[in-house]
Amino acid sequence: MEQGFGGWVGFSPAEWAAIGLSLKVATIGSLASLPLGIAMAWLFARRQFPGKLLLYGLVHLPLVLPPVVTGWLLLIAFGQRGIFGRALESCCGIVFSFRWTGAALAAAVMGFPLMVRTIRLSIEAVDARLEQAGESLGAPPLAVFFTVTLPLALPSVIAGLILGFARAIGEFGATITFVANIPGETQTIATAIYGYTQEPGAETSVVRLTLVAIAIAFGALVASEFLAARVSARVAET
Amino acid sequence: MIEIEAAHSFGDFRLEARIEAHGGTLALCGASGAGKTTLLMIVAGLLRPTSGRVAVDGTLFLDTANGVDLAPRRRAIGYVFQEPRLFPHLSVEQNLRYGQRFAPLARRFVDFDAVTSLLGLGALLARRPDGLSGGEKQRVAIGRALLVSPRLLLLDEPLAALDDARRFEILDYIEKMRAAFAIPILFVSHRVSEVERLASDIAVLDRGRLVEMRRAGAPAAR
Repeated sequence: MEQGFGGWVGFSPAEWAAIGLSLKVATIGSLASLPLGIAMAWLFARRQFPGKLLLYGLVHLPLVLPPVVTGWLLLIAFGQRGIFGRALESCCGIVFSFRWTGAALAAAVMGFPLMVRTIRLSIEAVDARLEQAGESLGAPPLAVFFTVTLPLALPSVIAGLILGFARAIGEFGATITFVANIPGETQTIATAIYGYTQEPGAETSVVRLTLVAIAIAFGALVASEFLAARVSARVAET
Repeated sequence: MIEIEAAHSFGDFRLEARIEAHGGTLALCGASGAGKTTLLMIVAGLLRPTSGRVAVDGTLFLDTANGVDLAPRRRAIGYVFQEPRLFPHLSVEQNLRYGQRFAPLARRFVDFDAVTSLLGLGALLARRPDGLSGGEKQRVAIGRALLVSPRLLLLDEPLAALDDARRFEILDYIEKMRAAFAIPILFVSHRVSEVERLASDIAVLDRGRLVEMRRAGAPAAR
């Protein structure tokens, strides 16, 4: 491997592919799970229903389980022979196993608890009396949600999205278990770094990708904190 | 004609009251904890009582014995809460128009310009609620409730948080509004001066029970 100055600065095609794939997987994974995340957060914040605790536990399980367990469960459920995997392939042509879509699914599942938690806290912080005012003014429940609850919680919804995204960028264990580490298809920054650490003389690649990972994660956290501060200022005004 | 009959209990509190008033302005009086706000919420449909019946001008809102319970949005009630409860993310104009769009066109009889000029809101329309004074906020809240084109207006101590000068100003506005739109009003107050000035009928509640019902101007029973 080239070891001049250019070797430190220039990314190899495989590294670019891993960076691009990480961004794609994390963006699509977090955006696609956002509507469900908002719905779950609202359910947890505003509704009582049988099985609530069970659902809450299920959603938050990936946060506490070893990621390799989550990855293996995904493989069983969404792999080529899994019930959901087969159903989704035959109905919509979506294949998860050993594809980037599987990496996006793993990223979404792993980032989901953080996203739901952030959004739930902000929905709980929305003054329920304002929702009641909306209801008294003739708004149906869904309209109250979209005109009162969601706009007031919006900065935290975006913060939750960013946190889910950052978690997805860092995702390793579930991804490598579920979709392996195929360059150009499922190899993300995290799995690429792991690969390079196993390869003699690839330290510069490890350092470059590590710096990129730090930059992305740090940027996402700063953006999320900034937005969280904005929503608390807004809630304080009411 | 306003008919309210409700029985409700939570914790130690028991509400059991039957009130009938012939239009105009009905005042609900009583000490705090008498059940006035609870009764308003039942009329608005924001609280479902254990049992009860509510009808306004012949329209049945609630009849637990016969399984009738209209959703708040089908009752067409304008509710002014104790606090203004304006939407902080919307301008004054957007706040005012919030309920208007949910009212079916055929039922709308309250005009936006009429409300803003009556309540003196013209200069405030582009502003955000957080910059308004207490009196201004309450005027916007009254205007917002009016623009629902309500069958009945509920006012829950809308003057409680205001100083005397503002209170008289808002009282003037309420009287003007009542003259302009002829909407029956049900309001909660524990101030004799407000009640005597506005009410045509007075109901006095005490710890969840109706203890007195009289026409305004008639001498109090006690």
